[in-house]
Amino acid sequence: MPFIPTTDAERNEMLGAIGAASLEELFGDIPQRLRVKKLDLPEGLSELEAGEALDSLADLNQTAKKMDWFLGAGAYYSYIPAVVPALASRGEFLTAYTPYQPEVSQGTLQAIFEYQSMAAKLLGMSVVNASHYDGATALAEAVLMAWKAREGRNKVLLPADLHPEYADVIATYCTSFEIEFARYEGDPARAPIDERTAAIIIAYPGFSGEVWPIGPAAAIAHERGALCVVHTDPVMCAILASPGSQGADIVTAEGQSLGNPLNFGGPYLGMMGTTDALVRKMPGRIVGETKDKEGRRGFVLTLSTREQHIRREKAVSNICSNQGLSMLQTCIHLATLGAAGLREVAKQSYDKAHYAASRIADLSGYRVKSARFFREFLVQTPKPAVDIVRALGAKGIMPGLALSRYFSDRPNELLVCVTEMNTKDQIDRLVAALKEASR
Amino acid sequence: MNAINMRDEPLVYELSRAGRVGCSLPKADVPSFELPADLARADLDLPELDELTVVRHFTRLSQKNYSIDTEFYPLGSCTMKYNPKINEAAAANPGWKYLHPLAEEAQAQGALKLMFKLQRSLCEIGGFEAASLQPAAGAHGELSGVLMIRAALVDKGERDRRKMLIPDSAHGTNPASCTMAGFSTQTIPSGPDGNIDMAALRAALDDSVAGIMITNPNTLGLFERNIVEICDLVHRAGGYVYGDGANMNALTGVFKPGSSGIDVMHFNLHKTFSTPHGGGGPGAGMVAAGAALAPYLPGPIASEDAGKYRLAMPAKSIGRVKSFYGNFGVLVRAYTYLLMTGADGLRRVAENAVLNANYLKAKLSDVYPVPHARRCMHEFVARGNIAEGVHTLDIAKRLIDYGFHPPTVYFPLIVQEALMIEPTETESKETLDLFIEAMRSIAAEAGSQPELLHEAPHRAPVARLDEVMAARCPILCYRG
Repeated sequence: MPFIPTTDAERNEMLGAIGAASLEELFGDIPQRLRVKKLDLPEGLSELEAGEALDSLADLNQTAKKMDWFLGAGAYYSYIPAVVPALASRGEFLTAYTPYQPEVSQGTLQAIFEYQSMAAKLLGMSVVNASHYDGATALAEAVLMAWKAREGRNKVLLPADLHPEYADVIATYCTSFEIEFARYEGDPARAPIDERTAAIIIAYPGFSGEVWPIGPAAAIAHERGALCVVHTDPVMCAILASPGSQGADIVTAEGQSLGNPLNFGGPYLGMMGTTDALVRKMPGRIVGETKDKEGRRGFVLTLSTREQHIRREKAVSNICSNQGLSMLQTCIHLATLGAAGLREVAKQSYDKAHYAASRIADLSGYRVKSARFFREFLVQTPKPAVDIVRALGAKGIMPGLALSRYFSDRPNELLVCVTEMNTKDQIDRLVAALKEASR
Repeated sequence: MNAINMRDEPLVYELSRAGRVGCSLPKADVPSFELPADLARADLDLPELDELTVVRHFTRLSQKNYSIDTEFYPLGSCTMKYNPKINEAAAANPGWKYLHPLAEEAQAQGALKLMFKLQRSLCEIGGFEAASLQPAAGAHGELSGVLMIRAALVDKGERDRRKMLIPDSAHGTNPASCTMAGFSTQTIPSGPDGNIDMAALRAALDDSVAGIMITNPNTLGLFERNIVEICDLVHRAGGYVYGDGANMNALTGVFKPGSSGIDVMHFNLHKTFSTPHGGGGPGAGMVAAGAALAPYLPGPIASEDAGKYRLAMPAKSIGRVKSFYGNFGVLVRAYTYLLMTGADGLRRVAENAVLNANYLKAKLSDVYPVPHARRCMHEFVARGNIAEGVHTLDIAKRLIDYGFHPPTVYFPLIVQEALMIEPTETESKETLDLFIEAMRSIAAEAGSQPELLHEAPHRAPVARLDEVMAARCPILCYRG
């Protein structure tokens, strides 16, 4: 195997230095009867063979690149400039550890600081942490953070229109705590926020794509002593008002569509930001600027007394490893696109989605259910959406998510997503195929 | 000698010039639609850079890092082994990169097959029944595991068992994960041999015990010699045993944790199975369980039915701990590595990891005292306070000048001035010898020129940074 350099002669020399007669002797503390004779696994392959085996497996998949792709639902087929993977895959970034030794980690630390800065502007928050595992776990941790920050209040309001997998993750994370969850429909400003409410969670946009303003609900929450937690689409924030500017106390987002490929669901990027008032209750690593003894600027991990390696059972979260490299991809992505590029991506997605929705709305038998949306909208279909997905699949079109995948009682609903990757021709083909499928 | 980039590098915002663009997009091919007037955003403050500026900026930043690709990184408990390049090549295949997580199962057979095979391989290596690849990191696997224990106790009507036992050598994530799962923790001291104090364990085992979390080998690099008896005692007291697999690199192909009675364990694929740490992640903390806890695994997980692969939720699952199925790109890398190492290779990994650690210990323990005089496994813990006024931090920072990443320092907490050294199996004897030489030179300097150590590092982009100021007056984003 090419990954172990030690030769037999060196091994013997090293055993001599240790004072052991054999490698076996080094494992003397392990009970003899429990030692493995031989693992029931195949023999190792050469690099050539392993590479071929992996490529053959990958070839079994049907990808977004090979179809007209209109499926989003929490994971988005998006443009990633070539510089993003080219730079993020440099060995000095890729094979470095968490930057606990700042003098030899300034590259990673400065990149995190730059990400925190750009993400904070995008989300309208004063501070963003160095990442969570994904959008769903970021939101679950935000729920716990808000609940703990409002001691004595046990109620958390969740939107009915929330990604079902996110709702599941929140339930798992909160299973051991006596939090009373209630779901509200529609406009968050009409949610039943009362003096027992610790936080209202707002999905901006909702799972269906629907966008409700945050401001009125945030004002009511604050008036009644509750926190306003917003989960958002960071690409949408390039052209629509940021959650922070509308009064959010904690913001989370799935950052995948900012520079990270689909990758069958991961690694993605959990984003979380908050206000100055709440920063010491926020989980996750945070990088701060400081100086060395000669006055040179440098960056360090800071506010660590929130974290598990210092506070152990009293830490605000158990998170340790995060999504460093995904964060770096997003950092480079944002720096490359800049304000103009990101706004162009967002506006093109918006325009294409609205063009598609207006064409679908004209089709007999179909109805667009979302009133106000960014790049994803819900369509009422004339026959079961799974049948439409199957029929269009045969034509090389993935028309969206049949909602029955998550909700058995919603067979005739299709969640359609249009991004900057979709051309007008693809949209026109989708519309024509939907029309044909309704017959 | 290191070749780190010493030049100051401006922030992206400081490099920005109004009007520069770093990307090009196709022209709009559909009509423009009005944004909602009440929500339209007026401005967005992101930097404006051309592509070459972006390339130079991030290339220069990368050169300010130590990394496995450039330096020896003997970071204890982190298993900084070489990350094979074939892993990256395999994971970059468009068949993975552009695969949507909600594609139909028939469209994702390659991915589901890979997940299924990886689950089975890791169960064989660990001695478990079933596994879930969903947890994204070690701590995430811990949270999953302790939630599984909680769910099983609730099912048995033993909701009141709320106490989790944790050895004093454990990682901080263990107690923090317990808190997130609603457990309280009780610390179990280590005995003079560095293993769990059995008398203290027996005394703690009452009817409020939910279980114990054990890292084996522990963070002193020592195998828990009483592991079978520990599992037995905890089971008889009505609790479950959680295994923290952070140190599995010592054991692959030699010992299956499941065979000693561990009920549930996470593996760090970014340690043992060679996937890159990425400056802090993404990792993968897949969790595997024996018969008692397998039905509670988080999901969905991959299953096979007559050659077709599908996703399924375990019968009594604790639910999802993450959207979709885990850090899939990391799983591709780990599976590639497993295919190349195979059964024999995995054993050689453990053998050489343990050999390298014992070799370093043998060559250094006369100058850096090792408090537990036993054979170590894949790592060992020494003391850095080797001369008057010299501390572990000084040794660590001086190593930077010699072109080595410092070991893990001040952990585990039970050894004062701890230096925790893990070489891994991928380092050559020449590298180990150079490291030994550097450590011995530093020990000599500690006696003769301690100020050299106190002022170190001398060859890094910055000197020691003021961390107190960073925490007291936090500057957490650019304020230009």
